[in-house]
Amino acid sequence: MDLSYSSEELAFREEVRGFLQEKLPKEMSDKVRKGEELGKADVERWHAILNTQGWLAPNWPKSFGGAEWNAVQRHIFEEEAAAHYAPRIVPFGLSMLAPVLQKFGSKAQQDQWLPRILSGEDWWCQGYSEPGAGSDLASLKTTAVRDGDHYVVNGQKTWTTLGQHANMIFCLVRTDKDVKQQEGISFLLIDMTTPGVEVRPIILLDGSAEVNEVWFTDVRVPVENLVGEENKGWTYAKYLLTHERTNIAGVGFSQAGLTAVKRIARSEMAGGKPLLENPHFAARIAQVEIDLMAMSTTNLRIISKAASGQAPGVESSMLKVKGTIIRQEINDLARRAAGVYAMPFASEAVEGSNAGLPDPHMAGPVAAQYFNNRKLSIFGGSNEIQRGIIAKVTMGGGQ
Amino acid sequence: MNFDLTEERQMLQDSLRRFLKDRYTTSVRNRILESDSGMSAEIWAELAELGVIGALFSEDHGGFGGKGFDLSVVFEELGRAGVVEPFLDTAVLCGRLIAELGDNTQIALIEDIIGGELQLAFAHGEPGSRYDLNQVTTTATESEGIVALNGRKAVVVNAEAADLLIVSARESGAVNDEGGISLFLVPAGTKGVTIQGYPLLAGGRAAEVMLENVSLPATARLGASGKSFAAIETAVAASNVALCAETLGAMETATRLTREYLMTRKQFGRPIGTFQALAHRMSDLLIEMEQARSAVINAAGHLESNRRIREHHVSAAKNLMGRAGRLVAEDSIQMHGGIAMTQEYELAHIAKRIVMSDHRFGDTDHHLERFIAIAAA
Repeated sequence: MDLSYSSEELAFREEVRGFLQEKLPKEMSDKVRKGEELGKADVERWHAILNTQGWLAPNWPKSFGGAEWNAVQRHIFEEEAAAHYAPRIVPFGLSMLAPVLQKFGSKAQQDQWLPRILSGEDWWCQGYSEPGAGSDLASLKTTAVRDGDHYVVNGQKTWTTLGQHANMIFCLVRTDKDVKQQEGISFLLIDMTTPGVEVRPIILLDGSAEVNEVWFTDVRVPVENLVGEENKGWTYAKYLLTHERTNIAGVGFSQAGLTAVKRIARSEMAGGKPLLENPHFAARIAQVEIDLMAMSTTNLRIISKAASGQAPGVESSMLKVKGTIIRQEINDLARRAAGVYAMPFASEAVEGSNAGLPDPHMAGPVAAQYFNNRKLSIFGGSNEIQRGIIAKVTMGGGQ
Repeated sequence: MNFDLTEERQMLQDSLRRFLKDRYTTSVRNRILESDSGMSAEIWAELAELGVIGALFSEDHGGFGGKGFDLSVVFEELGRAGVVEPFLDTAVLCGRLIAELGDNTQIALIEDIIGGELQLAFAHGEPGSRYDLNQVTTTATESEGIVALNGRKAVVVNAEAADLLIVSARESGAVNDEGGISLFLVPAGTKGVTIQGYPLLAGGRAAEVMLENVSLPATARLGASGKSFAAIETAVAASNVALCAETLGAMETATRLTREYLMTRKQFGRPIGTFQALAHRMSDLLIEMEQARSAVINAAGHLESNRRIREHHVSAAKNLMGRAGRLVAEDSIQMHGGIAMTQEYELAHIAKRIVMSDHRFGDTDHHLERFIAIAAA
């Protein structure tokens, strides 16, 4: 047992800190700190800065142009990035599609798509969920029917995050209706500029427009855009989901969030004293901080295991459940701390600034964030699904 | 013991529920939410016509109700439909201050309130006061029959639409003394008043109100100089009864939508409500609903009691509603999944109404501390 980082890891952390202090544009970290939505140009700019440094794809092997960091290095980067209010790396191409292509894609597909992910030439989004296929993803109904050198795709995907910026979408589609659900699904890459693709925004309860519906009407997709074998898509999707769950605990986000709560509570007055000195509120903060300290170590324990080559199994489900509970608790504390100033909100302020709204504590739209982050326990396999997995693995039952 | 509504209140509940179901549909409300004024003058007039505002005042003041249970009946229905119009601010909060403290000329304003012709806002809270009612730094200085107001008021709901602001200001004492606080009726457009308006997350609008050498005749004072704290506390108690009832109504809608969704949404070939993990959570929500209903009844039933009993029950209710409301809002969203995150789905607005009610007139922690203090006093 040794709870400290090695000297190499400490040196790496210094390198990351130096990079963030030097290269992260201030106007960008200001936006993140204030909880403002970043536009497409902001994300592309940050990706380009990281790419120049060779750090855009920390999880990729060096042979594909990645940094090939181990799990501890990745954790250090994520923690420091959150602490410096760096924008999050948009994961769809980099950490969701790329690992699938690297493992199951053809050489031609790897050569064609991977460099374009790094350069930012393509913006990928994910076509998994459908209106009738949420937690029960395998019941998806979007079809792809072979017609010569093409598949013809019809159906509807939903909750497509940042699909409004994307030119490419990776989709799960049904290629065989007559077999067990999981055995008739294929993994298809679709150019969103193809005729018959339509993207419609879904406005969320906080007024934000980050998710979309994507409709496919007789969309012709070249067969070379099939990844791996036909009807093996479910296997690839499951592989992708394990990658979606890296950094699933969101420790860095929680730590940054907790710092923000304390800052608000130091500035907000209650009974003539800073709210932070109110024993009741201080206890609420302490409670979640204690939970976060323990979860941070749980996270590191699992990461160390992964760094030594053991695949995380049920632990990633545990981290997702606990991690989202803690993040949501911190969002709840932030809105409480802001008091009456949690009430004002202009939905048009989501993009750009919150100019014109009173915000004496520079808290940002804390109540809107509280509502928006209800999604954390819903997407990527809801917490109920995660608990089912834990039960199934540990007791053989589940559900 | 009798927990039935009186016949009059039952009729009021029925007609109000029917009216709102027909008239205050989701699409109508969404249009109101997106409008510049954040409220519908038409709906306001129709509800006034229906007697909704009259039910909030006693017969002495030209109404036909005004008791705790009148407030709870009306506001439960407004909450059930997710109504965003500021009945609470104009009729309960400000209406009570005028009824309690007004001279004959001022009392005459109540007729216009009941008729739906007058909008009011209470400019009391300040940037540093959080939920403390006694914290007033805005000053009023009187000289030769003229009063000058200076200060800033925070998140004043309905300030832009208000024909009259009721502004609290200190005439004597330290910033947190209960004594020394006076109220003034300030007509819209009075020189020196600056109103910076903005929308609220859960609907409606509020404003920061800046007062710079606002000059008023001494007759604008509502009640005796420096002696308005008790009336403020009473009006806020009534407002909390109304707000708790409104939250209860919204929680009813949230649990109804969730129950219906659990019974109809199918995943893995069966309604998701048949999964025990969700069925038990739904059961917990229904248990909390009964607790919430009882807390509202306790508070409404003691609104006419003496200060100590009244405030004890009001703080108990507001604390419980803060906890139960959060649970119902969060679990309703969670059990729905993504659909509840969308603006156009009914639950989104309802969940916002529920959670944001914790940010007015003291949150769940504030009232827990107050409950302890009252019990110890």
